[in-house]
Amino acid sequence: MKAISVKDIKRNYGKVEALKGLSFEVEKGEIFGIIGPDGAGKTTLFRILTTLLLADSGTAIVDGNDVVKEYKEIRKKVGYMPGRFSLYQDLSVEENLKVFASIFNTTIEANYHLIKDIYQQIEPFKNRRAGALSGGMKQKLALSCALIHEPVVLFLDEPTTGVDPVSRKELWAMLKKLQNHGITILVSTPYMDEASLCDRIALIQEGAFMKIDTPENIVAAYDQKLWSVISEDMSKLLKDLRANQEIKSCFAFGDTHHITVGNITPKKLEAYLKGKGHSDIRIIPIKAGIEDCFMELSHVS
Amino acid sequence: MKVIEAHNLTKRFGNFTAVDAISFEVEKGEIFGFLGANGAGKTTAMRMLCGLSKPTSGMGKVAGYDIQKDPEKIKENIGYMSQKFALYEDLKVWENLRLFGGIYDVPAKEINPRIDALLHTLGFEAEKDTMVKALPLGWKQKLAFSTAIFHEPKIVFLDEPTGGVDPAARRQFWELIYDAADRGITVFVTTHYMDEAEYCDRVSIMVDGRIDALDSPTNLKEKYHVHSMDEVFFQLARGAKAKE
Repeated sequence: MKAISVKDIKRNYGKVEALKGLSFEVEKGEIFGIIGPDGAGKTTLFRILTTLLLADSGTAIVDGNDVVKEYKEIRKKVGYMPGRFSLYQDLSVEENLKVFASIFNTTIEANYHLIKDIYQQIEPFKNRRAGALSGGMKQKLALSCALIHEPVVLFLDEPTTGVDPVSRKELWAMLKKLQNHGITILVSTPYMDEASLCDRIALIQEGAFMKIDTPENIVAAYDQKLWSVISEDMSKLLKDLRANQEIKSCFAFGDTHHITVGNITPKKLEAYLKGKGHSDIRIIPIKAGIEDCFMELSHVS
Repeated sequence: MKVIEAHNLTKRFGNFTAVDAISFEVEKGEIFGFLGANGAGKTTAMRMLCGLSKPTSGMGKVAGYDIQKDPEKIKENIGYMSQKFALYEDLKVWENLRLFGGIYDVPAKEINPRIDALLHTLGFEAEKDTMVKALPLGWKQKLAFSTAIFHEPKIVFLDEPTGGVDPAARRQFWELIYDAADRGITVFVTTHYMDEAEYCDRVSIMVDGRIDALDSPTNLKEKYHVHSMDEVFFQLARGAKAKE
């Protein structure tokens, strides 16, 4: 049995097609990432799978139960951390956790082993109102609340949005530990660099999947010639690269520019750039990252 | 010419010191990245520089005006954009620009020509009469930025402007930032994308209310013997996390 099995799910909001027929399966114990920008349909998909929203058509099964007919079963055994902080701001850290534990007929003590690593970090502040916590601590509390009933599938909708790079790394380390407890995790993110931390990913844009595979396979399937280019004037370099007919795409990537090229050699390109007045030119063929793949796929589709 | 000066700028809330005697300067036309972990004090510092919050102690000058004495003058001379775009969803594209132009005292006869020129530069002419709520996110973001600099402020403050947009739109947005800086508008920007830190002329990294590092990305990477700003950030912010 799959942890999640989705067939041709469609959902419109008025004239807007938020989900245009999504199908995918998640294996038990997998960390599966839904990766794409805001407005791609990630939250709509999460709300359908957590039985909070009905699809217009298609079927979805979570841990063997249909999201429409058996929604009550699903609600008992999945954990959901929505993108927007949705705990009780006026209750203390500990009170929030107790509320969630009692709703699910359990106690903090019964499943403490599961949340220990995360909860210990906020336990010194257990009497503080949730509304007065910092962003990073709110997120840890929300995750603790989503885990307190030992869910079989954990849905995390953009847990790292607006979170600094250090806290993001900590969160992903926690997810790996939860995976070791056998929990299946469906996680969405707009940060492409987090893709490599998932077992498999689906790249989503405008309500449709562009690709579903392991991060390694997606990168390996990239079929463009990709080079990184630098010179002493990066701003002018961007414009000069774009002006060249043999360069198909050109984008800034941190301290270099990434270009996809047609019929040109690095030597010829270097001569062209020298002619434009650039110095300290370095052109290096590179392997694509997930972000390169996403941009290429969305360009094609 | 310096457009932002902070000397021992400090903000305390009760016995908690959110911003702890920070000092730095930003030059005209510079793209200045203001980085730090969540809770490091970035927003508090930025609110003081925008004239929205009075410092407990220390001195700050923005666009030539004292942040203690002339906060209203500062507001006239800056632009501001946050991730929660301050656009009116139920107004058309041109109406939003018209409104902000009026609020910031752009001379009435200049507003319409400026709107047309701006829409032309952005390639937005066809969307002039579109309701903002009907625009895709990447376009809204470009419009929000254009609105923030419609009155040609001396400085624009951008608070995590690129969260959530797709990779191509994120980069197009940075090209707008470059253009603004080329025109002499100083850009003060916070971001959690470390590849964007590389696009800044200089970056500061706040840790626990202090500025623990301030230099060009190239120099910072050299100083910490690493290859990316992500690693620089990680080294600096990890120390603070250990105490949290």
